[in-house]
Amino acid sequence: MARMTMIEAVRSAMDVSMAKDDNVVVFGEDVGYFGGVFRCTQGLQAKYGRTRCFDTPISESGIVGTAIGMAAYGLKPCVEIQFADYMYPAYDQLTQEAARIRYRSNGDFTCPIVVRMPTGGGIFGGQTHSQSPEALFTHVCGLKVIVPSNPYDAKGLLIAAIEDPDPVMYLEPKRLYNGPFDGHHERPVTPWSKHDLGEVPDGHYTIPIGKAEVRREGSAVTVIAYGTMVHVALAAAEDAGIDAEVIDLRSLLPLDLDTIVKSVTKTGRCVVVHEATLTSGFGAEVVSLVQEHCFYHLEAPVVRVAGWDTPYPHAQEWDYFPGPGRVGRALAEVMEA
Amino acid sequence: MVDSAHLSLHVPEPAVRPGGQPDFSNVKIAKAGSVPRPEVDVASEDIRDLAYSIIRVLNRDGEAVGPWAGSLSDEELLTGLRNMMKLRAFDARMLMAQRQGKTSFYMQHLGEEAVSCAFRKALNKGDMNFPTYRQAGLLIADDYPMVEMMNQIYSNESDPLHGRQLPIMYSSKEHGFFTISGNLATQYVQAVGWAMASAIKNDSRIAAAWIGDGSTAESDFHSALVFASTYKAPVILNIVNNQWAISTFQGIARGGSGTFAARGLGFGIPALRVDGNDYLAVHAVARWAAERARRNLGPTLIEHVTYRVGAHSTSDDPSAYRPKTESEAWPLGDPVLRLKKHLIVKGVWSEERHVQAEAEIMDEVIEAQRQAEAHGTLHAGGRPSVRDIFEGVYAEMPAHIRRQRQKAGY
Ligand SMILES: Cc1ncc(C[n+]2csc(CCOP(=O)(O)OP(=O)(O)O)c2C)c(N)n1
Repeated sequence: MARMTMIEAVRSAMDVSMAKDDNVVVFGEDVGYFGGVFRCTQGLQAKYGRTRCFDTPISESGIVGTAIGMAAYGLKPCVEIQFADYMYPAYDQLTQEAARIRYRSNGDFTCPIVVRMPTGGGIFGGQTHSQSPEALFTHVCGLKVIVPSNPYDAKGLLIAAIEDPDPVMYLEPKRLYNGPFDGHHERPVTPWSKHDLGEVPDGHYTIPIGKAEVRREGSAVTVIAYGTMVHVALAAAEDAGIDAEVIDLRSLLPLDLDTIVKSVTKTGRCVVVHEATLTSGFGAEVVSLVQEHCFYHLEAPVVRVAGWDTPYPHAQEWDYFPGPGRVGRALAEVMEA
Repeated sequence: MVDSAHLSLHVPEPAVRPGGQPDFSNVKIAKAGSVPRPEVDVASEDIRDLAYSIIRVLNRDGEAVGPWAGSLSDEELLTGLRNMMKLRAFDARMLMAQRQGKTSFYMQHLGEEAVSCAFRKALNKGDMNFPTYRQAGLLIADDYPMVEMMNQIYSNESDPLHGRQLPIMYSSKEHGFFTISGNLATQYVQAVGWAMASAIKNDSRIAAAWIGDGSTAESDFHSALVFASTYKAPVILNIVNNQWAISTFQGIARGGSGTFAARGLGFGIPALRVDGNDYLAVHAVARWAAERARRNLGPTLIEHVTYRVGAHSTSDDPSAYRPKTESEAWPLGDPVLRLKKHLIVKGVWSEERHVQAEAEIMDEVIEAQRQAEAHGTLHAGGRPSVRDIFEGVYAEMPAHIRRQRQKAGY
């Protein structure tokens, strides 16, 4: 077992999958020789050859469209979109095609593809290198949507995604590529090599899609988060000294409702945190499920903490990015209610 | 019956990789002055060859030769040289500023200065460019203040875009520079729409679209060509072929097509290739295309053949995917040195004046930098207000955003 960064864990998942099944192919912009701008596919072309890991033209619609065709043939494409912000040109292929092929052909054709992409801000990437578009995918029936928060999960979930018989969107919080970021941007990031969840088995293992994980047990309030915000939520609970239970959703679609309901029923209070814009964000879905299933146990209105309803600004990104301060204020609000 | 052998996938690869010997002997370069200059109302099918050749004016001896020569006066050429030198000095300082942590990111133009600087001089006030991130020369050559460019790069309190945009993503309606998008190719088709609007309103202004070789693979590029061709829009469709799209060589987007310019032929759009490191050739071709557009003869597609000498951006390391010496082997030379030589041959410039001009320009850039830094850099000094995050999403701030602004404490 080795300590890995999230980048290495993602790479290891593809490596293990390509070794196990020669139908697995990996492609996207700059992923071949260079190994991707974040180096997630480094070494795969050298190891598996140019027809199993290759560079594509800059055409996201082309990348997802050809992946669909390959999947129809019988391959298992795991493609990279260079930044989540560049997913939009492929949106039609994804939502009207990939997501519906099984349903409309009554299982005659299926679409076992994985679409990986770096998401989220905190790296001064400006408006077009910082987006968190998960809600655009969770609104589409036929897709699965995963957001890991650490290297261990990243690898197990990606292998599960590659082996999944349906299209899976795999969102990688790039702020977590090198270490667990807790939202205190003035503090140095702890590398994954110093973190328990950086410990990643070498070989094959999977983490089931659709299962959340309780990252911190508590009885006063439930904080529901995913991706980078899991670490921000943990830091906020620590800073505020509140006995909070922190749930890492890991998989947004399908969603682990049982874990959520069990926790909120116990604590009676709930805060939902995400980095994406507030309005019509994934938090809205979680809050409505919580009120539907836990209404008689709630002791305070459920509160959301999210990115503001504006594009991601370059210079003021630390004021955009929800940090422990904002989460802490929300915790105080629901505790007082 | 055809023998159905085993198929195999073709994945294009560049001729050399790091450690190899760069070799451009397969790049066919027409002799300067050898490509004809047709009338602007020529039919596209009569100039198909121009999509495969390369229009060049400056020869190896620094002389301007052939039918495309003579579109610029000495005065204009000296200004052109100065603009290119300014852009190069600007790049050098801003690259250093990024390394010093004064901004998050920078993209330089090294080796490509002639393309945008010369092109701008073929446009009129009121024409509109839809640029990508490597055409700051359009602003420099239009005398947009460098201090403003730096304020934008630093996201400081005087940033005209209030810290909202990534560095180098300038915007200036007054200088014919449409706000840059980080999403590649989206603006190519917008340029066509702008040009169509100008035609709908019987205006005289034209548009110019800009894209890199790699980005021609995006669907928006093809949509732009369809609309430009269908409506004969008064637009100049520029492709800057600098050989690389980050780590990906130009063959990946080009595929089996002979050249990028040749993509215009199927749409019936006159398509020309030009030596992008030849200030005179770029200007002459741009002027030809602009005249076509202004005379309502429709779109022109121009492939600027050049080489990206620097890294793709400050986040890139080109030595990981191409030989370190490749830029030196590039057969079309350096645009600044070539124009300098031409002006010396003409007797209107000298080595001494060049050295002196370099020093003057650097002083000018450093002075602009001093002024900009007085307004702050990304991490120090004056910065845009957090309030600015919430302004400008809509013309009028809706209540939900106002509530969020108050929540943020502003
Ligand atoms: C839609 C979209 N996909 C991917 C990217 C990431 N990206 C930024 S620049 C670039 C390479 C562009 O190459 P090219 O068009 O040749 O222009 P050059 O940088 O060489 O001038 C890529 C892939 C993007 N910005 N937008």
